[in-house]
Amino acid sequence: MANNRVLVVGGGLAGLSATMKLAELGVAVDLLSLTPVKRSHSVCAQGGINSVNDQTRQQGDNEWNHFDDTIYGGDFLQNQPPVKEMAYWAPKVIDLMDRLGVTFNRTPEGYIDRRRFGGTLYKRTAFAGATTGQQLLYALDEQVRRWEVEGLVKKYEFWDFLGPILDDNGRCVGAVAQDMVSMEIRSFAADAVVVATGGCGLIYGRSTMSVFCTGSAASRCFQAGAKYGNGEFIQVHPTAIPGADKLRLMSESARGEGGRVWVPRKPNDTRAPKQIPASERYFFLEERFPKYGNLVPRDIATREIFNICVNEGLSVDPTRMCVYLDLTHIPRHELDRKLGGILEIYEKFQGVDPREEPMKIFPAVHYSMGGLWVDYEANGEGGLLPGSPRNQSTNVPGLYAIGECDYQYHGANRLGANSLLSCIFSGLFVGPGIVNWMKSNKAAADLPKSIFERAVGEHTARHKKLLSNASGTGENPYLLHQELGDIMTRTATVVRYNNQLTEAYEKVSAMVERSQRCSLADTGNWTNQNVIFTKSLQDMIPIAQCILKGALMRDESRGAHFKPDFCMPSLQATDPTERRLEAEKWCDAFEENTSKFLKSSVCSWKGQEPDLVFEDIDTRLMKPRPRLYGLVGGEVIEEVWKQRSRSKEESAPSKPAATKQLAGSV
Amino acid sequence: MIAPGPEVSPSRRPSKINVRVLRQDGPGTPPYWERHQVDYEPDMNVISVLQKIAAQATTFDGKKVSPVAWDCGCLEEVCGSCTMVINGRVRQSCSALVDRLLEDNPEEIQLQPMTKFPVVRDLMIDRSRLFHSLKRVQAWVPVDSYFDMGAGPRIPREDQEQNYPLSQCMSCGCCLEACPQFNKVEVIRHAGETDEAFDARKKQAYDAEFIGPHAISQAMLFNSHPVGKNLQKERLETLTGTGGIQACGNAQNCVAVCPKEIPLTTSIARAGRAATLHTIKKLFDR
Repeated sequence: MANNRVLVVGGGLAGLSATMKLAELGVAVDLLSLTPVKRSHSVCAQGGINSVNDQTRQQGDNEWNHFDDTIYGGDFLQNQPPVKEMAYWAPKVIDLMDRLGVTFNRTPEGYIDRRRFGGTLYKRTAFAGATTGQQLLYALDEQVRRWEVEGLVKKYEFWDFLGPILDDNGRCVGAVAQDMVSMEIRSFAADAVVVATGGCGLIYGRSTMSVFCTGSAASRCFQAGAKYGNGEFIQVHPTAIPGADKLRLMSESARGEGGRVWVPRKPNDTRAPKQIPASERYFFLEERFPKYGNLVPRDIATREIFNICVNEGLSVDPTRMCVYLDLTHIPRHELDRKLGGILEIYEKFQGVDPREEPMKIFPAVHYSMGGLWVDYEANGEGGLLPGSPRNQSTNVPGLYAIGECDYQYHGANRLGANSLLSCIFSGLFVGPGIVNWMKSNKAAADLPKSIFERAVGEHTARHKKLLSNASGTGENPYLLHQELGDIMTRTATVVRYNNQLTEAYEKVSAMVERSQRCSLADTGNWTNQNVIFTKSLQDMIPIAQCILKGALMRDESRGAHFKPDFCMPSLQATDPTERRLEAEKWCDAFEENTSKFLKSSVCSWKGQEPDLVFEDIDTRLMKPRPRLYGLVGGEVIEEVWKQRSRSKEESAPSKPAATKQLAGSV
Repeated sequence: MIAPGPEVSPSRRPSKINVRVLRQDGPGTPPYWERHQVDYEPDMNVISVLQKIAAQATTFDGKKVSPVAWDCGCLEEVCGSCTMVINGRVRQSCSALVDRLLEDNPEEIQLQPMTKFPVVRDLMIDRSRLFHSLKRVQAWVPVDSYFDMGAGPRIPREDQEQNYPLSQCMSCGCCLEACPQFNKVEVIRHAGETDEAFDARKKQAYDAEFIGPHAISQAMLFNSHPVGKNLQKERLETLTGTGGIQACGNAQNCVAVCPKEIPLTTSIARAGRAATLHTIKKLFDR
């Protein structure tokens, strides 16, 4: 493989794990990143990483249950083989990270300690204080530095990926990128390009994401022909600290370690939180969801907090919307040992000690479940075929996507502590497939220079055109970005309505042209952050269109996508017979909705706007069932549903997957 | 997300904030001060001030200028990007809250790039030397492979509690800015010099100078890991060589400015003892 090179774009958990695995396989890697890789957004991940473990196993847990929780939590919107493979790899991923020296919290006996996270009843989550993402990232960063010294990895930090290079047959043979210091634009020939560029929170203006999470790299692939899937599924995290520049995450681990969410029962109660007796505190998550309590899946917790403030008027602060997240009943030393990092963030930015006073929190845009569409090849057991070049491949041959920027693992809602897992897993798993892909193709370095020169020429022209826009006459890119963020936050977050989405889509589509008229305050050619930002803003718009169009066309409620005009109601009847009848109808409606909308929305770029089609989902291992967390009448629906499944099974007894379906049901 | 920020407190808040920025157009060009003014809002930090400066791109006396360049990432003090010198003190600009800064000096906020690293432009500096030091001490666990070999060694809770703080080092550079023994090294690229030649010259220049407290602390972190310590000797070779531990003047500034409160001087003391033992052992092993 002496002549083969792979270009990895992005140095978070996914990009770094892919880089080190490829290097181990003997492949030379160019690693390109907007920032020194050690500063990638993965550092912000706090709570932990999930896997079945020796302890949960003895409580009845296994890999299949982790797979089931992930699919059920994601409302069945995932192709099942990749998710199954990930769940079965999870213990191995944590073992590897342990060997790499990650400072996971330990039990007194020296084993890796675990805590419980949302959407599961088992303590699957390994953690390193409350900075698990940072600790995992550093371990991978260290390994990649080791390969850099060995000479197999060359880093290009402070470089902006401008787009993939496709040859005449549509195969990806490299990329064009720009040095953000010298502004040089050059090509990188590569036998495969792996995009690992994270989420797109900046489309919403303020979110919990880092400033480089613009989604522009994914957008550049999308505009070059890669498909984009399930864009409308944006996770709004239930608990964040509002701020002027950013909404800072308050990890789910705060609830995993016993944190309780509440508001005073009396609206506009002016007493200090500690003065309010327990009987006058409304622990609304615990009351409404007795099984999961404060650890219901994120989409549900977010809607409840939103609802309690917006519709029930129970916000704890008269000037803004927020609820209490209370840790004050937990001993201080325990908090410091397990949650120190996040408590310091709260203390530093709010000036209040959360060990003494309940925190004030509110939901914030946090994660993109959707992303670049990627393929997979299943094996006989319904997992993935290792080494298949199709795994993690976009529809552009030679262009791969991993980590948050792919659409594959989390469906309609991601469970807490599954993202770090999906990033590292997809990074490790993609390597052998790429090696096999390269065996069957001519090396990119041997292709005619003209392919690369043409691509550099196109990007240079775009850059120059933007610099030549007359200053002061066009749009201000920073203000246009604010406008985009306001529209998206207002219309495409927790609650969605078609009339608002239609209007938003028109406004955002008009920005395609408006963003071309941005005029720059800096027209120089040295460390020009103004032009880099403007280009990324231009490229946020096609992804914003995918999000809005998907949200508009999906007339149902599923996971993070909630439309009050299209949602499955609770049961109303109190009489058992009527209730039963109602449940039957509910299940009919559910089946009808499943056949219509249990599909991925898949967008392709058409120059000015995306074209959207719905694509079937691979449910070969587990048939979809109603997601009933806390729904009134849920137990009746579940009973009806189980009877239906059983009678269906009896009429089709030979399917092996059907037995697994039962084994996996709650 | 949807919630507006808290209302402006009724107490006397300024309507405008004066900001003075030390700018520099590029390497080798002279620095100059520039004054800006932005509207006050509650809950601002230095990042939101710089965002406003970028959006208006006009100085306080109405002159059109290019936006000030600066580096930032997570905005919650875990990535280490946005380090600069604010009112004379090195720190992250995301956690520098405007209200606090105005309590200390209501007249203005003063922003300067770090002084121990070459300026790229304005507040952007080149910290590649900091990362190079991590290579010098081989700050990694030398595992055999990334195949599935089962769990790592069992680690006592006490060891985890000692190592986790060291592992929180985010390579921000505050300790290096504050260290009197860490001096600026700026290698200027020759005209026509290739990337490789330039990199080699930088490496040589960095290797001749002090490695810095952050790297010494990382060496101690990996020397105390059951597998990491397989490279113990190599790390101590570096620490006893040029630019190693003997360059430390024990000023203890590093620990005072570390935003993560990493016990850097404790690491340095441990490294000192280990280096002494290593040197004595080498004498006897001859």
